[in-house]
Amino acid sequence: MTKPPSSPRSADDRLFRLGTGFFAFLVVLLVAAIGYELFNNSRLSIAKFGLAFWRTKTWDPVAGNFGALPFIWGTLYSSFLALLISTPIAIGIAIFLSELAPRAIRTPLAFLTELLAAIPSIVYGLWGIFVLVPIVRGLETHTPDWLKKFPLFSGPPLGVGMLSAGLILAIMVIPFTSSVAREVLRAVPPTQREAAYALGATRWEAIQAALRYGRKGIYGAIILGLGRAIGETMAVTMVIGNNPQVSASLFAPQYSMAAVIANEFTEAADDLYLSALVEIGLVLFVITLVINALSRLLIWSVSREVKVKERKAAPAPLPEEAA
Amino acid sequence: MTVTEPGSPSIPMTTVPEVSSPPPPRPAGPFPAGLKTRMETRRLSFFYGKNQALHGISLAIPEKSVTALIGPSGCGKSTYLRCLNRMNDIIPNTRVEGEVLLDGHDIYGPGTDVVDLRRRVGMVFQRSNPFPKSIFENVAYGLKINGLCRHSELPERVEKALRASALWDEVKERMHTSALGLSGGQQQRLCIARALAVEPEVLLMDEPASALDPIATQKIEELIYDLKRDYTIAIVTHNMQQAARVSEYTAFFMLGRLVEHDRTEKIFTNPGQKITEDYITGRFG
Amino acid sequence: MTQPSRRRLLSNVVVGLCGGAVLLALVPLALVFFYVIKQGFSSLNWAFFTQMPKPVGETGGGMANAMVGTLILIGIASAIAIPVGLIAGVYLSEYAGGKFASAVRFTADVLNGVPSIVIGIFAYGLAVLPVHRFSALAGGLALSFMMIPIITRTTEELLNLVPSSLREGALALGATRARAAFGVMVPAALPGIMTGILVALARISGETAPLLFTSFNNRFFTARLDQPIASLTVQVYTYAISPYDDWHRQAWAGALVLVAFIFIFSVLARIVTRRLERMHRT
Repeated sequence: MTKPPSSPRSADDRLFRLGTGFFAFLVVLLVAAIGYELFNNSRLSIAKFGLAFWRTKTWDPVAGNFGALPFIWGTLYSSFLALLISTPIAIGIAIFLSELAPRAIRTPLAFLTELLAAIPSIVYGLWGIFVLVPIVRGLETHTPDWLKKFPLFSGPPLGVGMLSAGLILAIMVIPFTSSVAREVLRAVPPTQREAAYALGATRWEAIQAALRYGRKGIYGAIILGLGRAIGETMAVTMVIGNNPQVSASLFAPQYSMAAVIANEFTEAADDLYLSALVEIGLVLFVITLVINALSRLLIWSVSREVKVKERKAAPAPLPEEAA
Repeated sequence: MTVTEPGSPSIPMTTVPEVSSPPPPRPAGPFPAGLKTRMETRRLSFFYGKNQALHGISLAIPEKSVTALIGPSGCGKSTYLRCLNRMNDIIPNTRVEGEVLLDGHDIYGPGTDVVDLRRRVGMVFQRSNPFPKSIFENVAYGLKINGLCRHSELPERVEKALRASALWDEVKERMHTSALGLSGGQQQRLCIARALAVEPEVLLMDEPASALDPIATQKIEELIYDLKRDYTIAIVTHNMQQAARVSEYTAFFMLGRLVEHDRTEKIFTNPGQKITEDYITGRFG
Repeated sequence: MTQPSRRRLLSNVVVGLCGGAVLLALVPLALVFFYVIKQGFSSLNWAFFTQMPKPVGETGGGMANAMVGTLILIGIASAIAIPVGLIAGVYLSEYAGGKFASAVRFTADVLNGVPSIVIGIFAYGLAVLPVHRFSALAGGLALSFMMIPIITRTTEELLNLVPSSLREGALALGATRARAAFGVMVPAALPGIMTGILVALARISGETAPLLFTSFNNRFFTARLDQPIASLTVQVYTYAISPYDDWHRQAWAGALVLVAFIFIFSVLARIVTRRLERMHRT
């Protein structure tokens, strides 16, 4: 006995689709809600300061003058510094693990490098305060005098400051960038490397061919690391010095967007103060949104390209010719 | 030498009479007197870990001719080909026994520059694998990394290679567009041009037309026919008509052993081994 | 040097550098573990696990309330995030092709990348501001927002690995789509889904930033959801930035407990997965 099309069964299925779809919609709603609420709660600050908010250096809660330039400066400086340090190391790890390491040690090494990502931010921060900062202070104290003349290395050797922040961010970012880069390299078809070898390439030249093929994904991996560094809060606030100044020096204590929110949110006594902090959070949200979207697109493009090329290279195979 | 019926567990063996170095003509072999041998393997065996993929292959590839390597799937012909330019080196856990001679020198011996070897013995793969760069850059790649000519000479060398692979007229207007925009057959001819650009002495082709449509296949075969005037070519193919069309010499492989090696016309009209005959007439494989 | 040997040298140098990169990355890993274990272990004692923090200036005390607080917070987060993430993941796997599904997938990945402090601000506006009070609920909520995208995506990916012939078999026998999805597909993918959940739990148990102004902190023990509650991470932070040596010691101890907790969770994840996989095979 066949059921007619409009049976109770299809009503159940429609309910299923709506029900589960609702929960899926909640995810989208969540992101939209975050954006909306952040915008709403920063309206006060946006209305009062406008775009000058991001050009003003002074952050004076007492007088009610809020300028967020030091924070965006600190965030960008520390993040790019972290990227500078971490990228070559992360790519090197990715190359080693996907191309060079003998199979036996590949898995344990990969596990170890990914362990770096499992350490919580607060533990990095704690370690940063008591272990990294003294080391950096030692480095700063022993900087040769002629180097100290440059603005990059000027200022008293406090230990806390941009250098410590950049270093600790680099350590935290390395496992993310390297694991994505590894995946990208694995997606590069082996025929690319073979083509290079067959033309007389050395090991490094063949790896370069693979990197070039997957370059978009590698960029995506790097940008992902940038996004991670920009949003990092605890480890940064514990070693950066928390001083809202704009300085080119690696030695100077500075501030970051996430750090100022973490430190001052609970002390924000009035609405304007809070609104200014929320506005900083809003911009942080938008920046990381754009960065993450960009990096996903880049990373996915590599595996998509591989599939397209495979389809192109092999039209319908001919039947075997029998004599 | 035992000859047994196909289908029985043991495989009949024909060993081609050994050639002493350097390459004089074989006494009773398939080569006319005075023909120079370019590459030769002597008792070449190859192992993937514990599995022996090639059993003591002794085979000579004469210059300026096409030698076709035929046989059923998995018989080792591609593995054999890849030994000739040491491409198997990049696969871990493999082992080689015996000798592979290029102009009399063992390429697996100490002191061999593998990078230079691969320039001298070029390879074209089954699936075209152009780099994601422009047509010009693809062909120039080998020239650049091997430092074979000055930067100013690149366009000339690239054109020469593209002419040699019969692709020049089709791409001369778009040299700096992406190689990936070419059709499958054009990409394969591009890969041939890329291999030719470094002016190899020997060209190894691993089923170069198997992924192409009949028209593109025909173009490749015509190209091979032209190329053999200047190059020594060894081509692996599962298409026997193709082997019969383009090659002077044919070697029949089976289960990692060389069963028969002779002039193509003889192999295809009057093979010495029954098993060869069975393969060619399509009784198996 | 001739051309080929220069290239060869360069190749070898680069290969060496890549190996060096791996070693370089392992140095901070070793250092962190070394210090956490060394400093933390010496400060661990029974009091640490059983007592509340002492007032400022007095030495001794422990983080018992903080540890319980963390458990309560991740409990709340799980209660919210697991159903939402699981069901959303089921939707994505069942109706994978549509534009809406792609949008959800994209959004989940984006949500994953939102800094935890921003999630904290959001949860503050949602659950603290209206009632003018910090609460464990607000903290749990913030943590759940971070868990949802992880659980959603891993559930979807695991469900996609289950062959659709299972689903079709159930449907052909007259099951509704809901029955097929929750009764057949999800149980088939359960080991992996469990792993995904435990991984998400391990991740959020180490979070500090979103708790700073949602669950805040509490010197006393509480199990109430509408009050601020202590958590291991916030407690470690408070102690770490304080000027007292005794608190610094306890911060290390807290860090050790935290790392051990996360480690145990990961191991647990693996054991549970293997146990469930074995159950499936029999």
